Amino acid sequence: MIQKKTGRALASTALALLLSAGVVAMQPQDAKAEPQRGGTVQLAVTPEPPSLMLGLFQNGPTQMIAGDIYESLLRYDTDLTPQPSLAESWEISDDQLVYTFTLREGVLWHDGEPFTADDVVFSLDVFLREVHPRWRPTVNAQVASIEKTGDYEVTITLNEPFEPIMLSFEVGTTPIIPKHIYEGTDYRTNEMNSTPIGTGPMKFVEWDSGSYVHLERNEDYYLEGRPYIDEVYYRFIPDAASRAVAFETGTIDVLTGGSVEIFDVPRLEAQDNVCVTTAGWELFAPHSWLAVNVREGALADKTFRQAMMYAIDREFARDVVWSGFGTVANSPISSRTLFHSEDLHEYTYDPDRARELVAESSYDGETLEFLVMPYGETWTRWAEATRQNLEDVGINVNLVTTDVAGWSERLGTFNFQLTHNFLYQYGDPALGVSRSYVASNIVEGNPFANVMGYANEEVDALFAEAANAPSEDRPALYQRAQEILVDELPVLWMIEMDFPTVYRCDLQDFITTAIGVNDTFRDAWLQQ
Amino acid sequence: MPLLRFIAGRLVKGVIVLIAIATMNFFLIRAAPGDPASVLAGEAGAADEEFLRQLRQQFGLDQPITTQLWIYLTDIITLDLGFSYRQGRPVLDLILERLPATLLLTGAAFIFSLTLGIIFGILAARRAGKWSDSVITTGALFFYATPLFWIALMSQIIFALWLGWLPNTGFRTIGAGYTGLRYALDVGLHLILPATTLGLFFTALYTRMMRASMLEIAGSDFVKTARAKGVPEGRIVRRHIARNAILPVVTLAGLQAGQIVGGAVLTETVFGWPGIGRLMFEALSQRDYQVLLGVFFVSSAMVVLFNLITDVVYRVADPRIEVGR
Repeated sequence: MIQKKTGRALASTALALLLSAGVVAMQPQDAKAEPQRGGTVQLAVTPEPPSLMLGLFQNGPTQMIAGDIYESLLRYDTDLTPQPSLAESWEISDDQLVYTFTLREGVLWHDGEPFTADDVVFSLDVFLREVHPRWRPTVNAQVASIEKTGDYEVTITLNEPFEPIMLSFEVGTTPIIPKHIYEGTDYRTNEMNSTPIGTGPMKFVEWDSGSYVHLERNEDYYLEGRPYIDEVYYRFIPDAASRAVAFETGTIDVLTGGSVEIFDVPRLEAQDNVCVTTAGWELFAPHSWLAVNVREGALADKTFRQAMMYAIDREFARDVVWSGFGTVANSPISSRTLFHSEDLHEYTYDPDRARELVAESSYDGETLEFLVMPYGETWTRWAEATRQNLEDVGINVNLVTTDVAGWSERLGTFNFQLTHNFLYQYGDPALGVSRSYVASNIVEGNPFANVMGYANEEVDALFAEAANAPSEDRPALYQRAQEILVDELPVLWMIEMDFPTVYRCDLQDFITTAIGVNDTFRDAWLQQ
Repeated sequence: MPLLRFIAGRLVKGVIVLIAIATMNFFLIRAAPGDPASVLAGEAGAADEEFLRQLRQQFGLDQPITTQLWIYLTDIITLDLGFSYRQGRPVLDLILERLPATLLLTGAAFIFSLTLGIIFGILAARRAGKWSDSVITTGALFFYATPLFWIALMSQIIFALWLGWLPNTGFRTIGAGYTGLRYALDVGLHLILPATTLGLFFTALYTRMMRASMLEIAGSDFVKTARAKGVPEGRIVRRHIARNAILPVVTLAGLQAGQIVGGAVLTETVFGWPGIGRLMFEALSQRDYQVLLGVFFVSSAMVVLFNLITDVVYRVADPRIEVGR
């Protein structure tokens, strides 16, 4: 088989060579000072995660903390171009079936054992295949084999071309797990889960339950001089207002995305030496919508859903409820990821049009139940604003509150009419978008499946074909899928969300990748 | 040995009551929608059926509920509180780990409110109708009526943010590596705001109770007699009035003491205090059944125990009080 590097891989390989040759080009467009060593950073994270074992748990806070303990084969820059991490370089065969990763040599696990291709094969083929809810479907459906083809070379062979696989090698989806610790054990009860061992720039020190997780600099990290920061504390402060005060008093240096109520951000940003960024979420591109149970009643009527879409003032929600953060969403595919189309019908705020459509639809004045998403004050305010919009055009809505467990349970058993939800997109529609709309994913028990109950055979076929199509054919297929979905509205897309990170401006190169909120401390340094 | 027989009888009854409570709690908690696996899935933002099935199997939630109850009760009898689903650690460890912080907070608040409440109550009663009485009673009314979380947030904004005198969150300065006296001072500084906030409500209650009780007793015949005998005023207040007036306050203090082990959910949450109240509250929203049941069990055991102690102390202290059979 003739192996040929694609252009993108070639560029990345060149960069990898530069890096391994010790020529560390730090953001050439930015002629700032040389990175400085030392310092301690305290970050607020919420809620306290169940575990830091990233292979077993993918909760947001777990990823934020453990994303610096574990590493994966690749990192991604903010336009989703792959960058080397544990894989130094990679080659993709020209039939797009064989991916060969050359691993970095001389990498040590935090307990001193050497990292090799065995760890990668064990992680991808054994450990994560068994336990990881996002890697499992990819590996089972798309991958023919994962083999060690050298001490520092791993070859992945696909059943048919599946371009999105190149976006699966981020640390939250495929963290590389130490084989010498997990092989042959019961993964979920392994004692080492409480003291995670990775290859990353930060090492686990201590977890003081209810207070903080302490990480320290990995002295043996393979990049010369890095990481720059000595100590990192992730602190758990349960109350949002107290977190904001702790930041203002200087106890906390960083309020991670989601740990600060969005209406506090403009006030904090106005203070001295406070920076706010929305970067570091590009791969996730959280996409929010009003989920509609399309199984029965007026909600099953497309005309009625279109009426709701015209009735809801999303610009207002963005500007007022979300303090100006985010972009109004017009498509199932986020404009921040691949294959988003601009050429689609737009539902601009138009209450008169909404009233006409309500009159045309099968809606006869019944009260709809709106389950308020239990993820903080902002969501409650948003639900209230949405109710007012809907009532303005004659749709009766009753807000119902619950907690996270109740909300998950009710979505998972399809026991709802309307609710907000937001899902990560993972860079490619085949990874993060199709799961919400294809009929095969109407499954009970999972709040992030197709809980709406939407089924359209043409959409199913388009998503299936697009996933495995050659690169050049994919845009047209996704364009067609977007057109159908925008007309039928299985959900009402609201906002492409921003979760701003609030931090002291002394922190430099703080967020540099498409998952930058998670793999922060390889590059970050403190101006002293 | 009627006392010993009494104690033995009460202990047996206590164990039966505890098992009944544990059983009731077990079903009560499961009446809430959702389970720990669905919460974990909800937080992860991704899950498939296999993920949920694996978690439920690991937690033993795939067993029939009667089997789960039986396992739980047999464990409880051997004082095994089980494992936290979420943290994968023994529940007893989690509780013991949080106990010192909770005892410190509730204990400090208890002493603070009892001392201040009695002093203010006496002062107010002694100067009934004067301006200092008005100041104290108005203050007491204010703190009695104001929601705790509002006081908590305002005190953070004033003392931590504006004045910068005190830390606003946590148990100690993290990363400072203090030891010895410096450590004690650091914890003490962190304790001031939460303990005061938690104590203010009870201070107000004690003040009002003490004042009313003092005024009532000040009018009774034995006080008039003492005064007629020419006993000095200070001695009358101390020995005759305050000592009798304090009884209702002590009853109330018993109520507050009952909360000492249970922690203070609201205060611990707003001040990021790593105590049992927060452990319980978080376990509730995460449906970490074992932790929640564990905290409930320990709290109810304490109540049963303290009731028994109180009854015994009554009998020893005042032989006129018969212990019931």
